Amino acid sequence: MRTDPQKTVRLFFGPQHPGVTGNMSVELWVEGDEVTKGISRVGYLHRGFEKLMERRLWIQNFPLVCRMCVPETDVNEACYAEALELLAGIDVPVRARWLRALVLELARLGVNLMSLGGQGGTIGLGTAAQWGITYRDFVLDLLEELSGGRIYHMFILPGGVRRDIPSGFFSRVETVLETIEERLPEFDRLLFDNAVFQTRTQGIGVIRPEWVDELGLVGPMARACGFARDVRQDDAYEIYDQLAFDVVTETGGDIFARALVRRRDIALSIDLIRQIMKRTPDGPVAVQLPNLTRWRIPAGEVYAKVESSRGEYGYYVVSDGGLRPRRVHVRGPSYVHGVTLLERMLVGTNIADVSNLMVSLTICPPEIDR
Amino acid sequence: MKFTNIISPFLAWGRAAKKADTVAFPSADRPGAPRYRGFHINDLEKCIGCGRCEEICQNAALDMTPTPLTQFKEGDTGLRPRVDYGRCCWCALCVDVCSTGSLGMTNEYLWSSVDADEFIYTPGLEAKPWDDSSRGYRQAQDILGWAGGARREMPVLPPDERIKTFDEVVMGFIEEDAVAEAARCIQCGLCVSACPAHMHIPEYLLAIAERRFRDAVEIFYQNNPLPEMCGKVCTRRCEMVCALGHQGEPIAIRWLKRFATERFDSLAEVMRMWERKAPTGKQVAVIGAGPAGLTAAYYLALAGHDVEVFDADRKGGGVTRSGIPMYRLPDQSLDKQMEVFKNAGVTLRFGQTIDQSRFVSLCSDFDAVFIAVGLTGALRLRIEGEDLGGVESALDLLARVNLEDDASPVGERVVVIGGGNVAMDASRVARRLGAQVVLSYRRRVQDMPADDEEIEEAKEEGIEFRTQTIPLRIESRGSKLLYLYGNAEMIPDQKGGRPRPRLMEGTEHELEVDRVFVAVGQAPDLGFLPKEISDQLKVDWGKIVVDADQFTGVPGIFAGGDITPGRDDAISAIADGLRAVRGIRRLLEG
Ligand SMILES: Cc1cc2nc3c(=O)[nH]c(=O)nc-3n(C[C@H](O)[C@H](O)[C@H](O)COP(=O)(O)OP(=O)(O)OC[C@H]3O[C@@H](n4cnc5c(N)ncnc54)[C@H](O)[C@@H]3O)c2cc1C
Ligand code: SF4
Repeated sequence: MRTDPQKTVRLFFGPQHPGVTGNMSVELWVEGDEVTKGISRVGYLHRGFEKLMERRLWIQNFPLVCRMCVPETDVNEACYAEALELLAGIDVPVRARWLRALVLELARLGVNLMSLGGQGGTIGLGTAAQWGITYRDFVLDLLEELSGGRIYHMFILPGGVRRDIPSGFFSRVETVLETIEERLPEFDRLLFDNAVFQTRTQGIGVIRPEWVDELGLVGPMARACGFARDVRQDDAYEIYDQLAFDVVTETGGDIFARALVRRRDIALSIDLIRQIMKRTPDGPVAVQLPNLTRWRIPAGEVYAKVESSRGEYGYYVVSDGGLRPRRVHVRGPSYVHGVTLLERMLVGTNIADVSNLMVSLTICPPEIDR
Repeated sequence: MKFTNIISPFLAWGRAAKKADTVAFPSADRPGAPRYRGFHINDLEKCIGCGRCEEICQNAALDMTPTPLTQFKEGDTGLRPRVDYGRCCWCALCVDVCSTGSLGMTNEYLWSSVDADEFIYTPGLEAKPWDDSSRGYRQAQDILGWAGGARREMPVLPPDERIKTFDEVVMGFIEEDAVAEAARCIQCGLCVSACPAHMHIPEYLLAIAERRFRDAVEIFYQNNPLPEMCGKVCTRRCEMVCALGHQGEPIAIRWLKRFATERFDSLAEVMRMWERKAPTGKQVAVIGAGPAGLTAAYYLALAGHDVEVFDADRKGGGVTRSGIPMYRLPDQSLDKQMEVFKNAGVTLRFGQTIDQSRFVSLCSDFDAVFIAVGLTGALRLRIEGEDLGGVESALDLLARVNLEDDASPVGERVVVIGGGNVAMDASRVARRLGAQVVLSYRRRVQDMPADDEEIEEAKEEGIEFRTQTIPLRIESRGSKLLYLYGNAEMIPDQKGGRPRPRLMEGTEHELEVDRVFVAVGQAPDLGFLPKEISDQLKVDWGKIVVDADQFTGVPGIFAGGDITPGRDDAISAIADGLRAVRGIRRLLEG
């Protein structure tokens, strides 16, 4: 596209910008208020994880993978663990599978609270952002109690989970769920019932349904366009086939619809957590792993995937039978959402809506860069 | 858009009237969760410095460092982990894999300093406010598998089968079990310093784990020319200090050695590759073809020296052949190992007793003499009736069965006096010869010098233990013997040693037996040494005192094995042999 240098301003948006989702930037060509072209600039968070993993023992990657995505670390642990278990033929104890689902839902709850708050934040509703973060902190308190860490839980380990739950844990989870449930109407009034929020999100940032398959969109991006796609149901892992739930969908494909999907995902997670707490059976929480520094995993390759808050999230792991992975490839949804999709959607967007749009795509740059 | 949508956001002000969700730091503290992964602590006494934490840490945040507080001792490297919080990612893998459980993390997470170097410290050594904290992340018992997993079970003959035969009790690992057992090794190397011969244990365990069995055998031979014997009967000092033994079971190092050697029908075949150095023309005489003598002979021969080994017995192995019963160490196994010595060019002269005059000629004919005669005498009970017919040293019984294949019955009921390994061996041999065996020992079971495994197996085989019994005298009654003993009470030792048995006056019991076997210890006998030599030697409790190179102080004469002070077991004898090689080579090669 040719741009008129007299009319066009080239704007470097990020990486140090509160409206950008994490450490990435977009380069914008703006005419007046309107973006005519946008390019995602990623790489600020490139730590070479995939390469690094080839040089570390299988278990040494366990504390590494969670760093792939800061807000929702646990999906990485789940994928990595599942991949190793498939390769090594490890049967995970049933209780561990339930506890994993518990952690994954708690994490999803936390990240949706945060990103919903963030959605408010991008249009100047700072209160929503504060509240979202606060409610997520209640969840982090639980995860801290469970795993010993607030952000990097390192709890879902190959072969099971790292610890059983502390005594009385479920009742504390219930208390947090109740607190959040009690506060959510307040949150709704601030966001969804808010004229400003409605004006700034309805009909804006529309994803067309035909893009979903064309680009491979997943999670809330697809579900806000009416596609009932969710790995938890389509290809159930852990114990999700034993839980009763409907995949949340909305139509319209705009920012509002995506926010609503996440809002309803919050309610769904709360419901799922309650189902899990009711039904988690007793038993061991981990199998005994072999000597960790001598652990060779039989040659083979697998793809393990879970549903993250942003959609299907997968690990492709190759073993040559050695002490270390031959190759690990992480397929996060943010690459498509944050590069291909974002670049397409930026065209024609009002400059004031760029960060609004980015947050609604829940882009997680560390997962793009790896 | 509805009017309410304009009003509703303002309802958020309602929050302002409610209690805040945040904590007013520092007036209100917020402790980390009870299993929070905060700052490290380490129990320096419990820690053995195995370095497992350092190895697992993917951030190289831990560095094993010498500390002034701890010192190198057997089973402890004396090193302790030093943590660098510029690198640590708080994963606590180090805590989970700690072999002793000494390492932990507290729930403390606040620490500020302007000096960046302060964040590198040795937990437990440099005092920190959280040192005594009982909260925080600790190793969990149920995932102890991280520190090594369970030991592979060794198949053994059931006790009722065992007592009918002299077949080996231990049946040996199958390959899968051996590989899995070897793979448990964490490569800390603590065992190496505990092994008197300093065998390269982590290396050969790794070779076995990787199914490089031939490599494993070659590694054995670097400092032990009797690996199959050790693989069957070694006292396994290595396993006693194994890091995995602190919270679980040590690696079956001994059985793995046995497994690797038994993979090969001919060890001589495997070791054929090893070349001898060009002949030096120097000659060495070795007296005694036990573990000490054979070890010295093997490595001296490989170094190019002309080595002749003289032994009174008809075959090599020393007491490991004449004393250790077949069900622990079969003859064929020793024969197989002896081939290697012939291959290496060692000249073996059996049936040759060295007496005073031959000793003198050895001294003049050879450039060096290595005395490795072991313990040839047996200690006596010094009680009345000890010289009656039917009263015999346990060693004589064992030698008769082992060397002369004499399996004639020893009667219906016998008593074996003693509590060491020889007593166990004699009891179990007598049991196999069809006798009911009573074991009479002065102290308690826990005081027995015998290996726990031996005690256990003896019990399984139906040996009756009469502990805290003191022999009084032996009388003859018709064709039988009457063993008379009193009861002992244990008197605590003032100096903190083993409690001593004291005869309880007035107690006396009798036991009618066919035979009495005495196993109260062996003694050195230096009678084969001419007086002018023995006068020059330094002797302590009848044993020849030597320096670190096994040198006796008499020019050209070295000694090692049971005849020198120190532990009396095969691997110590082998270690003496190795040191003698060093000393003799220094003498001959300058
Ligand atoms: C019954 C019994 C069971 C044992 N079990 C174990 C065990 O399970 N594990 C373990 O590690 N250790 C065991 N030991 C101890 C171990 O066998 C000895 O410590 C070891 O063999 C000592 O080796 P050495 O080379 O010093 O002498 P020895 O093995 O005693 O060999 C000395 C050799 O010198 C020969 N000799 C002696 N005097 C002369 C001479 N004047 N002329 C020519 N030749 C002579 C002898 O015939 C003998 O062959 C046991 C000992 C006994 C008695
Ligand atoms: S907590 Fe993890 S990163 Fe820190 S020292 Fe231990 S192993 Fe290393």
